[in-house]
Amino acid sequence: MEMNQYLEVFIEESREHLQACNEHILSLEKNPEDLTIVNEIFRSAHTLKGMSATMGYEDLAHLTHMMENVLDAIRNEKVKVTPDVLDVVFLSIDDLEAMVESIASGGDGKRNITEVADKLKQIEEGEFPHSSLDNSDAKTEVAAAVAAPERKPSKNEYDQFEQTVIQQSKDQGFECFEISISLRSDCLLKAARVYMVFEVLEKSGEVIRSNPSVEKLEEEQFDDEFTVTLITKESSEDIHSKIMKVSEVELVEIAFVNLEETVHEVINDAPPEETKDIQLPEAAKKSTEEAAKSSGPKTIASNNKTIRVSIERLDSLMNLFEELVIDRGRLEQISRELDHPELHETVERMSRISGDLQSIILNMRMVPVETVFNRFPRMVRQLARDLNKMINLEVIGAETELDRTVIDEIGDPLVHLLRNAMDHGIEKPEIRKANGKPEEGTIQLKAYHSGNHVFIEIEDDGAGINKERVLQKAISKGIITEQTAQTLTDRQVFELIFASGFSTAEAISDISGRGVGLDVVKSTIESLGGTITIDSKEGSGSIFSIQLPLTLSIISVMLTEIQKEKYAIPLSSIIETAIIKKSDILHAHNQKVIDFRGRVVPLVELKEVFDVPGGEEENEFLSLVIVRKGDKMAALIVDSFIGQQEVVLKSLGNYLTNVFAISGATILGDGQVALILDCNALIK
Amino acid sequence: MSEMVKDVLNQTKFIVFQLADKEYAIPVNQVRSIEKLQHITRVPGTVDFVEGVINLRGVVTPIVDMRKRFLLPEAAYTESTRIIIVAFNEMEVGFIVDAANDVLDLSADSIEPQPDVVGAIEAEYISSVAKLEKRLLILVHLEKVLNPID
Repeated sequence: MEMNQYLEVFIEESREHLQACNEHILSLEKNPEDLTIVNEIFRSAHTLKGMSATMGYEDLAHLTHMMENVLDAIRNEKVKVTPDVLDVVFLSIDDLEAMVESIASGGDGKRNITEVADKLKQIEEGEFPHSSLDNSDAKTEVAAAVAAPERKPSKNEYDQFEQTVIQQSKDQGFECFEISISLRSDCLLKAARVYMVFEVLEKSGEVIRSNPSVEKLEEEQFDDEFTVTLITKESSEDIHSKIMKVSEVELVEIAFVNLEETVHEVINDAPPEETKDIQLPEAAKKSTEEAAKSSGPKTIASNNKTIRVSIERLDSLMNLFEELVIDRGRLEQISRELDHPELHETVERMSRISGDLQSIILNMRMVPVETVFNRFPRMVRQLARDLNKMINLEVIGAETELDRTVIDEIGDPLVHLLRNAMDHGIEKPEIRKANGKPEEGTIQLKAYHSGNHVFIEIEDDGAGINKERVLQKAISKGIITEQTAQTLTDRQVFELIFASGFSTAEAISDISGRGVGLDVVKSTIESLGGTITIDSKEGSGSIFSIQLPLTLSIISVMLTEIQKEKYAIPLSSIIETAIIKKSDILHAHNQKVIDFRGRVVPLVELKEVFDVPGGEEENEFLSLVIVRKGDKMAALIVDSFIGQQEVVLKSLGNYLTNVFAISGATILGDGQVALILDCNALIK
Repeated sequence: MSEMVKDVLNQTKFIVFQLADKEYAIPVNQVRSIEKLQHITRVPGTVDFVEGVINLRGVVTPIVDMRKRFLLPEAAYTESTRIIIVAFNEMEVGFIVDAANDVLDLSADSIEPQPDVVGAIEAEYISSVAKLEKRLLILVHLEKVLNPID
């Protein structure tokens, strides 16, 4: 089987299953008695195990198997759900995630899992997890664990999961048969016969297991006999006669599967080594679905009909579409010139349809912010345990959609802010109690749309920011002078904590103060075209509010002209435009400056910076675009303003990298390329 | 024999283009398309031979003037001026050439390593030459042509 083509699907699905495990284990911790949650986790783990075994990632399959054993023990109420047990399960999920990531980055997915496997084993055997066992012990334990699944001698062993499926289908009036099929010894196309038999069987029911595995059957790696387990409503006679209709089938024997006694009435000599754990992912999925159906409506939500499309394909679709838009513009012009009513009507219709199409294509790039938020509950749980704090994370608006490119970037800043809220914001339980607050602190992570922006807010009910301490710190670090300190508003004071080299933590803890300050958060968000603001009330908490553009691929710009060349200046960095007289220019040293509302703002002659060809025009007035980078400003001199416009951001490609003061390009309505200015590079 | 020459040996079809009075060739599998001249947007602060960027069906594509690249005398663009879009190392770049109107099959034995002549300015951008009856084709070394720092 060619694995490469399945690799991507495998990785994606593995990630999903691990995420599902994470979420369900978190909810299990809250409702330790609810064993249906364990079933959910079990299902994900089982599918993952099947998939990784099929793909040949033995370590992955092995560790999942061990985790499954623990889950099974929990399900059978042999092991109680405690935070410590879940810690170990989380650890193993961490390892599984690391393996999947290693596979995703081209590795072999191997990893030293002795420690975790050891702990899992201990839990399974009903011992409390201790890490004090010495290594040699641990190794033998693992060896035993490896051997465990192989020990069972019978031809069709059903693991816990399959037993559940069988049991549940029996409860619903289905019957489960184990069917042994012998082909004639002179059969030439064994695989083809197997295929025909399977086709017959799949029409009458669901095949949940075969021995040898489907793969081996397809590769003709069996003698003349194979066994399948079928869940069906039909009678054994019917099935018998149906299979016998397939030519070259010599003998069909059907036995009931009896779980309680696991008695197999028909004995057959299938090779014992081909017993367990080799399943096609499809087969695994099928049985999962089957189980999902029988376990009620809970998992129906995951049955959304979707397909995965790579961003590159969407990009090329978008590119083609822009071509269409440019031609649309031309058609509109031609139809205006010709003034033909029917042409007019058609072009108008086309314009409307293509407008709708454009918004659909843009929407396809949108991903719910959930994909980022998902990992936070887990992180908060762990961190709260490390900090000995009681923290409840509320996630609101996880379905809010954002452009994929923004999603990819926003994760780290959010992690940082959450850690900050937990470490600096929420107080220790005893302090909270003393201050008359509930012992458990609450952090609210909220996302919502508003206008052309997405807002993400992180609100905590913790201690809030101490203004005085921030000011003193800022003064002592030389970030501001004492004089300016007097004039700052509350919000400006809070924003000081985004200055680089700033940390109000009294003691540097493990969680924050690793040398990465909030300044990184701010610059990442600004690089995404967003802004961040803080509101805080001492004693009752803080809100960090992030405003992000809906998409990075479309930005608003002010289109300007310098001689015959057009340059686009992102609206996000423009303060305003102005026209001044030449005589208003002041000179400070060698730098031309202007007085802009009381501030001295340096002038930047774009014509010189960009070496624009063309003669010097003497003009009494200058057109200025006043831009900012943080709180610094500059006034860019252009020849004229064309107007404000939404443009699609394009890169200059791999050949032209690092062009000074140019951040990208865009294609204008007439098909020409205009360059987009990088104002940050122009302001020192 | 260099890697480049070996690579070249495996293909047989070449796009032939003209610069000044000479004929050059690029393996057809490195050529994406041949375009008519269109509006080029100058990109400030780039090397001299980078003429700018064009809109190639929605993709912003950089353009190199081959006359400038080979330090040949500049000439005005004419009706026959073409942009050859080549793809190399995940880069797509357009070359402005005087004309491009030929596709030729070259057999392996007609290709020779580049002549050891000192002083020919463009020599370092050439991987080999090919003789075809009376025509002499110069095979372009794309990697060197595209390397902006010499």
